[in-house]
Amino acid sequence: MTLRVLDPTSESRPVAGQLAQRLSSLAGKTVGFISNGKEGTKAYFTHLDRLLREELGVAQVVWRTKSNYSAPADRSIVDELKQWQAVVAGVGD
Amino acid sequence: MQLAHTPVLTSKVYDVADFAAVQEFYHSNGWTDGLPVVPPTEAAVEACLGWVGMPPDQLLGVEPVRQQPITAEKLAINAVMAGCLPMHFPVVVTAWQAMLKEEFLLHGVTSSTGGCAVLIVINGPIRHEIGVNPTFNALGNSDRATSVIGRAIRLALINLLDVRPGGIDRSTLGHPGKFSYCLAEDEEDTVWQPLSVQRGAPAGASAVTVMAALGPRQVMNEWTRDPKEILETFAAEMRANQLHYSIYGGNYAIIIPKQLREHIQAAGWTKRHIAEFLFERARVRRGEWASVGKGEIVRDRAAKVHAALDSPEHLLVVAAGGPAGGFGAVIPPWMGSRTKAVTAVIGACVDCEAPQA
Repeated sequence: MTLRVLDPTSESRPVAGQLAQRLSSLAGKTVGFISNGKEGTKAYFTHLDRLLREELGVAQVVWRTKSNYSAPADRSIVDELKQWQAVVAGVGD
Repeated sequence: MQLAHTPVLTSKVYDVADFAAVQEFYHSNGWTDGLPVVPPTEAAVEACLGWVGMPPDQLLGVEPVRQQPITAEKLAINAVMAGCLPMHFPVVVTAWQAMLKEEFLLHGVTSSTGGCAVLIVINGPIRHEIGVNPTFNALGNSDRATSVIGRAIRLALINLLDVRPGGIDRSTLGHPGKFSYCLAEDEEDTVWQPLSVQRGAPAGASAVTVMAALGPRQVMNEWTRDPKEILETFAAEMRANQLHYSIYGGNYAIIIPKQLREHIQAAGWTKRHIAEFLFERARVRRGEWASVGKGEIVRDRAAKVHAALDSPEHLLVVAAGGPAGGFGAVIPPWMGSRTKAVTAVIGACVDCEAPQA
């Protein structure tokens, strides 16, 4: 006997954030790091910081750490990132 | 309650050949927990909605991080799949409303590598209506109601928030409670206040408490009648969890069975006394981390004392378990106090403002 059954998924997607326009070069730019604060982020971002400055000519790297690694970035960080040209958000697990 | 109009379901409909084909179709789409599901037909879903008097598009809440709305229709579909009867659905609805509260931190709780599950504790008269068994095997397959309610929570997480292993769910290990993790309190066989009342629900109301919880750690002490000695065993398990898992304070639940309850109650101890005792006793020094292989992160703070409970109110004491055996359980929090346990009254409006006096 044929069964008529229903789709259990949400069938809707929240409006996704739009990616910013891609940069042609990182030279002279300000790049922000948003760390979740976990131990693993320290070595990763330290290495990336050096690569960005020495090999790609990034002018400034700004480090910020979320107050709760399981929650979205704090409002103050989201507000501040408007001043940066690129952002790296690492998980660090 | 009868709805004034005929509900109109809006979910996509599939015509599937038979019961076995439903299983393969749902499983191949990633819509199950690996176990067979009850086919969610329109009639079964409408029966759930009718029981709670909600239209299909009733918004139960919005997941705060990903902004995903949760509707009654979609939750009912998953509840039917889990095996819920309409009478079980009010508990599922209220548990979800509680989980969607900001302080529960649902996204973190369900995505973390820490791998916790949502523990559901049911209080109040609805326990009798749905036929729970808070005695034998209380943390296992004790009865139909708690089994299917707990499973409905997980299936809805999978299908409504994409909490699938390797997807949103990044758990390293998880634990068996991720299939179903629900129990009721044995209110009739204790002199203690129900958990829900302790947490602010009106006496006599049916309520659900949700907590982001690791698997239960079983303890045993059958050799004393002294409340302090009995509870010292629970405190030791909490301290062990602090050292072996996470040192930070948060909501802990403890399950106390009849055999141990009777000794504690006979001495005149209330749940408040228990919480105050464990608040004092469940503490470790950071330096003790060195004894379990975590010396690297002690750093210069060896003398710092960490309490398992930030305050006595953070302990959830639940009376449950079979009539014999000095076995209790400590259920640790997912990760400190980043998530808070939430208690919600069944049938109440969780976002309504309190009436003015």
